[in-house]
Amino acid sequence: MRLGQRLVTGVLVVLAAVTVFPFLLVLMNAVKSPQDYTARGPLGLPGGIYLKGITDFWLRVDFGEKLFNSTVIAGSVAALAVLVSILMAYALGIGRVKGRVWIIAIFLLANLMPQETLVYPLYYLAKEAGLYDTKLAVIIIFTAIQSAFGVYLLSSVLSTFPREIVEAARIDGANRWQVLWRVVVPLSWPTLSVLLVFFFIWTWNEFFIPMIMLVSNDNQTVPVALGVLQGQRLMDVTAQSASALLGIAPAVVFFLIFQRTLTRGIAVGAVK
Amino acid sequence: MTLHQDAPAPPAATAAPSRPPRPAGKANEPTRGYLPYLVPGVVLFVAVIAVPLVMNIGISFTKWQGVGDPEWVGWQQYQKLFSDGTFWLSFRNNLALIVAMAVIPTILGLILASALFDVVSKHHPRTTTTLRAAFYLPQVLPAVVAGIVWGWILHPEYGAANAFLRLVGLDSWAQNWLGDEKTALLSVMAVLVWIQIGYPLVIFMAGLQRVDPQLYEAAALDGASWWRRLWSVTVPQIRQEIFVVLLTCTIAGLKSFDKIFVLTRGGPGGATLTPSYFSFQNFFEKANVGYGAAIATILAAIIVTLSFLFLRAQNKEDR
Repeated sequence: MRLGQRLVTGVLVVLAAVTVFPFLLVLMNAVKSPQDYTARGPLGLPGGIYLKGITDFWLRVDFGEKLFNSTVIAGSVAALAVLVSILMAYALGIGRVKGRVWIIAIFLLANLMPQETLVYPLYYLAKEAGLYDTKLAVIIIFTAIQSAFGVYLLSSVLSTFPREIVEAARIDGANRWQVLWRVVVPLSWPTLSVLLVFFFIWTWNEFFIPMIMLVSNDNQTVPVALGVLQGQRLMDVTAQSASALLGIAPAVVFFLIFQRTLTRGIAVGAVK
Repeated sequence: MTLHQDAPAPPAATAAPSRPPRPAGKANEPTRGYLPYLVPGVVLFVAVIAVPLVMNIGISFTKWQGVGDPEWVGWQQYQKLFSDGTFWLSFRNNLALIVAMAVIPTILGLILASALFDVVSKHHPRTTTTLRAAFYLPQVLPAVVAGIVWGWILHPEYGAANAFLRLVGLDSWAQNWLGDEKTALLSVMAVLVWIQIGYPLVIFMAGLQRVDPQLYEAAALDGASWWRRLWSVTVPQIRQEIFVVLLTCTIAGLKSFDKIFVLTRGGPGGATLTPSYFSFQNFFEKANVGYGAAIATILAAIIVTLSFLFLRAQNKEDR
């Protein structure tokens, strides 16, 4: 390797290290006792492993419950939104229903809508419907929001679905419903799995609408519980680094599990 | 093209389905049998997006505290909005956030992606994957958690940023980063660049794989420098990706509520207030629901207009 190349590689490695450094900093400080923190400051290496800060914070916010809520909400939304998307995309992309271009355009527009524009009416309607402060309300809302994107994406994917395969199945006597489940879904599984992962992570990360909808502690998701605490500015340094660590942990776990799906999804997508 | 940030984007050309014409005999095959499949999606769309959107526009023409009957006031909220200094301030702040979320990450992402692709990936494919993952990591965090991490690092008393400055003897540079009007917006911008940088990087690296290497060889033979090749070969070749990134990041920038909520709550003194946060304050803190709805409607109008212009520009390019 030439000198110039080494230099560039070196610079890139340093920049990547700077990007990751905050994560290490959080990890390092989440295991410091308050005394340790006072003595060594945020940059010193921990004098020992002190887990009480993390367990205290875990119990204080009942983090297990928050993880459960987040998993239920994000998991239901991912599954339901993919289901709704594939049903619609089947009619639009393969069924070529009349007016499909308009329908797709409207869903594209829906996908753009800022949540700020929807949040107050949704809050009001949820109260009227008795769904305010329930996980169900958040699941319904995000199933709609995520599937607006899914319909748009899957319709264009399915519009290039080989027609012969569908027709061959029809000739063999399969009805529409069977064609969808036995032919279209299995063959589109790579795209569907990418969507599942994205919907799960997007919903997991949502904050605004879940914060408005889920006021009681028992219903809150991880970002809502942590974000609200942070917004109140009531945390001491130990609690804050514990909170950061507990917030980071699931995201990093997803990243490690889904890394290939994520980069494949993003990469495949933007390429013409 | 996608309008969801860091989403798998369908290719723009196939977005409007265009297929070869059907065989003549099947031209009238009824598509009505497919209509039931639309029902769940349409019902959800109407209930969660269409009705609330129309309601929000309706509310923006009223004075309403969220309880009792809204009072119809016509365009009054909008008139108030256009003469409200706070609203304009929030817009100026939002432009700064768009620079931090769209413009800077696109430029940096382009340079980093090209450098990674040209220099590192040829000799060390595994290092490339690791480096790309490192830059992308902040993207998978919930924005709220990124905010907590940086709120802690930038804390004036116990934060790591000031501790570092003191360590290297720059005590006088230590600041109340998020609490001082002079530095709050810049600090938020820096955090946003950190969050955002991985997204353009990943998209651009994927785009680069599709560029014909001969173009670079020809440019190199003509004596073009690395920067010159970046500008004259890479940028035109991956302009599709650049479009996607700029649009999605700009829209994401207009929707920045969560980062502001955890980092600064719009403060100090409105220094980091955005229209998004301003509408939230009016909805839920000041019980000025009509005014909040007007702000939110303007925000939606801007986003729709922007996307429309971007898409049109892109379609022109394709032709």
